[in-house]
Amino acid sequence: MPETTSEGGPGDGVQIDLISGARMSGKTSMEKIRMILDGVRDGKIVVLETGLTPDEESKLIEVTMTEINPDDFTGIEIESFPQSETNDTSLLGRLMGKQSSSKLTVIGPANQIQSLHKDETLISALVSRK
Amino acid sequence: MGLFAELRSSISRVSASLFADDSEPKRIGIYGPPNAGKTTLANRIARDWTGDAVGPESHIPHETRRARRKENVEIKRNGKTVNIDIVDTPGVTTKVDYSEFLEHDMEKDEAVRRSREATEGVAEAMHWLREDVDGVIYVLDSTEDPFTQVNTMLIGIIESRDLPVLILANKTDLGESNIQRVSNAFPQHETIPLSALEGENMDEVYEKIAEYFG
Repeated sequence: MPETTSEGGPGDGVQIDLISGARMSGKTSMEKIRMILDGVRDGKIVVLETGLTPDEESKLIEVTMTEINPDDFTGIEIESFPQSETNDTSLLGRLMGKQSSSKLTVIGPANQIQSLHKDETLISALVSRK
Repeated sequence: MGLFAELRSSISRVSASLFADDSEPKRIGIYGPPNAGKTTLANRIARDWTGDAVGPESHIPHETRRARRKENVEIKRNGKTVNIDIVDTPGVTTKVDYSEFLEHDMEKDEAVRRSREATEGVAEAMHWLREDVDGVIYVLDSTEDPFTQVNTMLIGIIESRDLPVLILANKTDLGESNIQRVSNAFPQHETIPLSALEGENMDEVYEKIAEYFG
């Protein structure tokens, strides 16, 4: 991912990467997971416009676990809105269980982001520097 | 999940049982967050039907750090026999900080070793979920808020794989238990209350295991 044009160094604040669905769409599951974890391990907060599929979320947990180490990485905090069921309201779509994977997702280092409140319409998080 | 998705889930459950090979036990994974009482439940089921336990229980998070299987547990309900392998899995989380173990009077070396084993165990549990289980018993501590990201993700992963899932609201013996809150968090699934520790409502749990996984 290209670096931001900010002149400030990493110590000046917390970097937030807002990643569009278009940027994620051509990537494989592992490319997405690598991009997320590389960002988070650098202390960034990653916001995904369209989130991950359940299978990708499962792999994200698995890969995160393999990378945790006592010295510098305790894992991730992740929050997203519940899967919307209302995006495809056609009879066929509902019969087929078709659901959009679009769900805003926030991921950050576990030691820097703390969820304060979450419900179906609001995610409130506290972000701190390292 | 709406009416049609629920219908689809029921059809998939019925067709799975129609075409299943009854000679092979179903592998039923016991999943949930740390300290929900998964091992207590696994031990309760195993002791009730085989006389043996599955593994040690503890109030310290991540006591179970390896998936443990108890094979050929035969559960008899309403004239029907259900043969399952119980897979007790480590509590799923997205973070493990060894310093949390220090609060339980552990030395640093022991805490680091335990956290490393815990991370391996969670990775293993996720792998089992994707590859090796035929159904899921999802255990929640009914005294805790069920509306967490890990619970939402795990239930989403289970639903996406069309696995039959039974949600259990555990620890009903505690005063702060709130079964309705668990039901409200996952209205698309039936929630069965129980106390695995005290053995409360196990009859209904076994009936539902036979219904969902038989």
